[in-house]
Amino acid sequence: MTAVTIPVALPSSRRWPWFGAFAFLFLITSQALAIITSPADRDMGDLQKIMYVHVPSAWITMLSFFVVLVYSVRYLWQRRENDDLLAASAAEVGATFNGLTLVLGMLWGRPTWGVWWTWDARLTSTLVLFLIFVGYLSLRAFIDEPVRRAQWSAAVGILGAINVPIVYLSVRWWRTLHQVQSSPSTVDPLYVLFLRANAFAFLFVMIYFIRQRYEAARIERDAELAAQAVALGGR
Amino acid sequence: MTPKRKWAIAGTAAIIAVFGWMLYGGLDKNVVFFLTPKELLAKGTKGYDVPVRLGGQVRPGSVKWNDQTLELRFALTDGSSEVAVHSKGTPPQMFRDGMGVVLEGRFGRDSVFDATSLMVKHSNEYRAPKAGEKPQEMYRTLIKGSGS
Repeated sequence: MTAVTIPVALPSSRRWPWFGAFAFLFLITSQALAIITSPADRDMGDLQKIMYVHVPSAWITMLSFFVVLVYSVRYLWQRRENDDLLAASAAEVGATFNGLTLVLGMLWGRPTWGVWWTWDARLTSTLVLFLIFVGYLSLRAFIDEPVRRAQWSAAVGILGAINVPIVYLSVRWWRTLHQVQSSPSTVDPLYVLFLRANAFAFLFVMIYFIRQRYEAARIERDAELAAQAVALGGR
Repeated sequence: MTPKRKWAIAGTAAIIAVFGWMLYGGLDKNVVFFLTPKELLAKGTKGYDVPVRLGGQVRPGSVKWNDQTLELRFALTDGSSEVAVHSKGTPPQMFRDGMGVVLEGRFGRDSVFDATSLMVKHSNEYRAPKAGEKPQEMYRTLIKGSGS
C-alpha cells in the first residue's frame, strides 16, 4: 500500500496570528499586574488572587457553551457545515476552560473551605456541564458520517445548553457551600478592575483558540473530502 | 422524517428529561445540601445519630479551642436556633467567629453535634485591608485570637 498525498488548500489568515499574540500579551500583562499590584484580601490573603483565573475561566466556560448553542441552532436552520465545525471548536475550547475552572476551584477550595470537593449544587452542576462537553465531543468521535454527526451534535449542543443557566443560578436556587455571585458592591474596586481586565484577556484567548481550532477543523474536513474523492474516483 | 427516526429522537429526549429530573428536579425536595440548626432540632429524636450536614454561622464569642487536644467547641446558629458543636482537628485557616460553616457529622443524644468534617463557607465579599492592617498576620492569628 502506498501513501497517498492529498493537496489541501490551507486557509491563510494573516491577521489572526497578530490577534493571538495580542491576546496572550494582554493576558500576561493583566495577570502580572493583578498578581503584583492588587493588595491581599483581609480574610484570605493572597489566595484571593485565584479569583483572577478561576472566575474568568468560569465565565468563559459558560460563554463557550453559548457559542455552541448559537452555531448549533444556526446549523439546523441553514445547514452550513462551517457552523457545525464552529460549534465543535467552541465545545473543545469550552471543555478546556471548564476543566480549568474545576481544577482552579478545587485549589481555591482546599485552603479556604477546607475541602477539595463537596457535592453541592454549584460544584455538581459544573461537573455535569463538563460531562456534557465531553459527551458532545465523544459523540462526534463516534459518528463518521458528517451530516448525521452535525445533526446529532447540534441536538446535544442545544439540549445541553439548558445546564448553563442551572450552573449560574444554582447558588441562588439551592443551599450550597459555594457563595453566591459577587457584585461590584461586595468586591474591592481594585479587585473588580483587575478581574474585568483578566476576563477580557480570557475572552480574547477564547476567541483565538476557537478560531485556531476552527481552521484546523476545516483542514481536516478538506482532507476527508479529498480522501473520499480519491477513494471514489480511484485516481 | 421516518417513523424510526421520530422514535429515536423521542427516546433521546425522554432519556435526557429523566436524567435532568433525577439530577435537578428531585434535588430541591430530597437532597438538601445542609440543614439549619432549626431544621435539625425540628426533627426531634429522628435527628439523632444519623449522618447529616449542618450549616449556619459560628456564634461570635462561642469558640473554644484547645490547642493541646486539638478540640474545637462552638455554637452554631441560624439566627433563631442554636446547636452546640464539637469537632477534632485544626479547622481551615478561614475559620473564625461569625463565619458561615457547613459541618458533616452526627447529632448526638447529648445534644452536641459531633462534626467529622468542617467546611468554611466564604461570603461573596472581597476587601483589601484597611490602613494599618496586615492580612498575613491577621490570617495567622485567626485561631489563636479566637479564645483558648
